[in-house]
Amino acid sequence: MKVCDIVHLLDATFLAGEDLGENEVQSACGADLMSDVLAFVKNKTIMLTGLTNLQVVRTAEMLDVACIVFVRGKKPSDDIIELANKHGIPILSTAHTLYTACGILYANGISGS
Amino acid sequence: MEELRVNEYNLKDIYTIEAGNFVTAGEASSNIKTLLKRLGVNSSKLRNIAIASYEAEINLVIHSKGGQMELLVSPNEVIIKIDDIGPGIENIELAMKEGYSTAPDSIRVMGFGAGMGLSNMRNNADDFKIESKLGEGTHICMKFNI
Repeated sequence: MKVCDIVHLLDATFLAGEDLGENEVQSACGADLMSDVLAFVKNKTIMLTGLTNLQVVRTAEMLDVACIVFVRGKKPSDDIIELANKHGIPILSTAHTLYTACGILYANGISGS
Repeated sequence: MEELRVNEYNLKDIYTIEAGNFVTAGEASSNIKTLLKRLGVNSSKLRNIAIASYEAEINLVIHSKGGQMELLVSPNEVIIKIDDIGPGIENIELAMKEGYSTAPDSIRVMGFGAGMGLSNMRNNADDFKIESKLGEGTHICMKFNI
């Protein structure tokens, strides 16, 4: 699956990296605890989270995360978008809750990381 | 801790890490990752190094009174040395245990402090050494074969 397919499934909008819709996605994780994400996440993962701080993008950068999805319509501050653009990490925003967004992706064949 | 023969390394870089600064936290690890990528370290190893480095950097920001990270690169290995100026770890064995953390709630709200950092560093490094003395400081040396 690709990032642009995730946009469609989650009825999401791009907040950063709109040109990276062709990025490949193999798995997903949903977490607000970056410590867990750092310990368990594998490659080419989408990271769904309700946490909006700079360290979400830093964590994604270290892990080569394919795409960050902010749930429940959360809008991150400009410095977060800027950092994601600098490192070529797409950011999506969806109105779904974390639970529902993960459920939609799982039902469409995206496995856990 | 084993003294490194620094002149055998082609590249040496030092990053100062400020205690409690969550805005700049991760910049050193980002620079290290970018640098090693440019040097041609393969992506899987690069990911191990970046994760371990970032965990160490976040630990310095959360727990230490400030410190530094030193990057050493030779054709065969990457070394990251972390030295802080305190407060030191009382019980290293306990601190290494997954799930054990002394981080306050203010850190957990930021998404950290789950007690995974030190064990995650050890899991990602090919060699991991830690020494600490309460009231003095903590010293970590991580080696990665490249």
